[in-house]
Amino acid sequence: MKLVTAIIKPFKLDEVREALSGIGVQGITVTEVKGFGRQKGHTELYRGAEYVVDFLPKVKIEAAVSEELVDRVIEAVEGAARTGKIGDGKIFVYNLEQVVRIRTGETGKEAL
Amino acid sequence: MKKLLASFVLGLSLLAGGTMSMAQTPAATASEPAAAASVAAPAAAAPAAAAAAAPADAASAAAAPAPVPNKGDTAWMMVSTLLVILMTVPGLALFYGGLVRSKNMLSVLMQVMVTFSLIVVLWFIYGYSLAFTEGNAYIGGFDRLFMKGIWDNAAGTFANGATFSKGVVIPEIVFAAFQATFAGITCTLIVGSFAERIKFSAVLMFMVLWFTFSYAPIAHMVWFWMGPDAYTGKEVVDAMNGKAGQIWQWGALDFAGGTVVHINAAVAGLVGAFMVGKRIGYGKESMAPHSLTLTMVGASLLWVGWFGFNAGSALEANGFAALAFINTFGATAAAVLSWSVGEALHKGKASMLGAASGAVAGLVAITPAAGNVGIGGALVIGLIAGFACLWGVTGLKKILGADDTLDVFGVHGVGGIIGALLTGVFNSPSLGGPGFVADWVTATGVTAADYSIASQVWIQAKAVMVTIVWSGVVSIIAYKIVDMTIGLRVSEEDEREGLDITSHGETAYNR
Repeated sequence: MKLVTAIIKPFKLDEVREALSGIGVQGITVTEVKGFGRQKGHTELYRGAEYVVDFLPKVKIEAAVSEELVDRVIEAVEGAARTGKIGDGKIFVYNLEQVVRIRTGETGKEAL
Repeated sequence: MKKLLASFVLGLSLLAGGTMSMAQTPAATASEPAAAASVAAPAAAAPAAAAAAAPADAASAAAAPAPVPNKGDTAWMMVSTLLVILMTVPGLALFYGGLVRSKNMLSVLMQVMVTFSLIVVLWFIYGYSLAFTEGNAYIGGFDRLFMKGIWDNAAGTFANGATFSKGVVIPEIVFAAFQATFAGITCTLIVGSFAERIKFSAVLMFMVLWFTFSYAPIAHMVWFWMGPDAYTGKEVVDAMNGKAGQIWQWGALDFAGGTVVHINAAVAGLVGAFMVGKRIGYGKESMAPHSLTLTMVGASLLWVGWFGFNAGSALEANGFAALAFINTFGATAAAVLSWSVGEALHKGKASMLGAASGAVAGLVAITPAAGNVGIGGALVIGLIAGFACLWGVTGLKKILGADDTLDVFGVHGVGGIIGALLTGVFNSPSLGGPGFVADWVTATGVTAADYSIASQVWIQAKAVMVTIVWSGVVSIIAYKIVDMTIGLRVSEEDEREGLDITSHGETAYNR
């Protein structure tokens, strides 16, 4: 089991979500985050006091999937989230130790 | 110890309240409409003085029936009073509040609301008397201590206050209430300078001192006079002039408080910014406004309310109130434009904060000028104020080097000074202004030929300089006293955590 985490541009969320549904990923968790990589921030100016804001708003998507699905998930996210400009984001894949469905108590692959 | 102090203060306030209610029984004071009618802006002469004001007075009082307030004037003045209250709560509160970080929002709202309330109470106890009764050229007396004599509850009669027109009066209570809002908002303006690090009790203690020794005297010096009805003949002119405030006697023009309110408060703020010291992290950490939306709401309420502030300062619903009204409209709009243009040219973008600040700058600058200049003059004043105050919050701020958190001096100080000086220019009949009354016996104005812009500007400059020095000195002493007794600043940890939670035990926005 793997946890696939993707940091994407916020306006790409709907597209990515549809792409994931399309390949059978049934649940995701979405968080609003901020960060930066190579994309530069912007400057805010208040009455002559300048603030450089490095952080840019992004969206983090996490999906717990079975190992067989990982490659297709990566492909789906990449395809939906790419704009070709700096700041598109990254995808991280973690090993998932254990998964439990709280309602039923199922564990492992059945809980995915 | 603290509880003891609290009980003591509570007891004192009950005593004050009790005394005030007893002071309403006035003996013979206000029941004499004739005597009351000659009460000017309002010099509440004690009954003995009114009676002793000579048979000549009684004769003229007998000849002309005592003026009675016009219902339109009275209604207008009450509405104006409401508008100025709205300027402070919530206008100024939101304007300032939106500009600070969210962890300090409530502290700003508190400082504004509680300062305003404190000053209004003190006004009714002794402030009004010190500012608007006969005393000397610098301060009034105690004729209206606890508002005594302002109405006669036994007879059901009300003392009158003068306007700027002969034979026109408004109830003195309305004048006193109107002026209470001015005292209140002037003091709350100062709060912007030392926001985000000041101790709440220090604010209140400072306000009591500064209100008593700076606001009241300057209000008296600039605005107190005997009223037009006191100028019954050439023979009394010198005597009547001699009873007025010192700056009034010089002939300084300040329609609604460029000196009394804005320069006065701005200097107190700047001194405070220096003496309280910079915020922790100033210049390094982001201290960006947390809600420019609320700041815009506040600025809009200020603009709307300011029509009461300026037009209400005509003291009646007449043409000059209308002139002040339209000037408040035009100058502000012009300043919004000039600030926005200035910012766009200088920094590349016109900002919401800039537009809101521009509006306030225009309002400040037109305050002394509102009923004293023509419509074109008002537009020019607004235009200049927008650019000047933009410099005030950028270039000048860097030169001064103080952390004037909400740019009280940059806007109110620079705007007030510009407005006061330009009033001397655009008041001239040759530049579309109404000029000033040269002879209060006949109520005739100065002619265009006789008007000297240079000498009027010099008079305005003197008024500005006296205000700056007086306010500066009083502020330095007041802050020092507060610092030596209870301390000005909160601790570093409290400042870092935020004043809302540490000073008031609340958060503005529940997470």
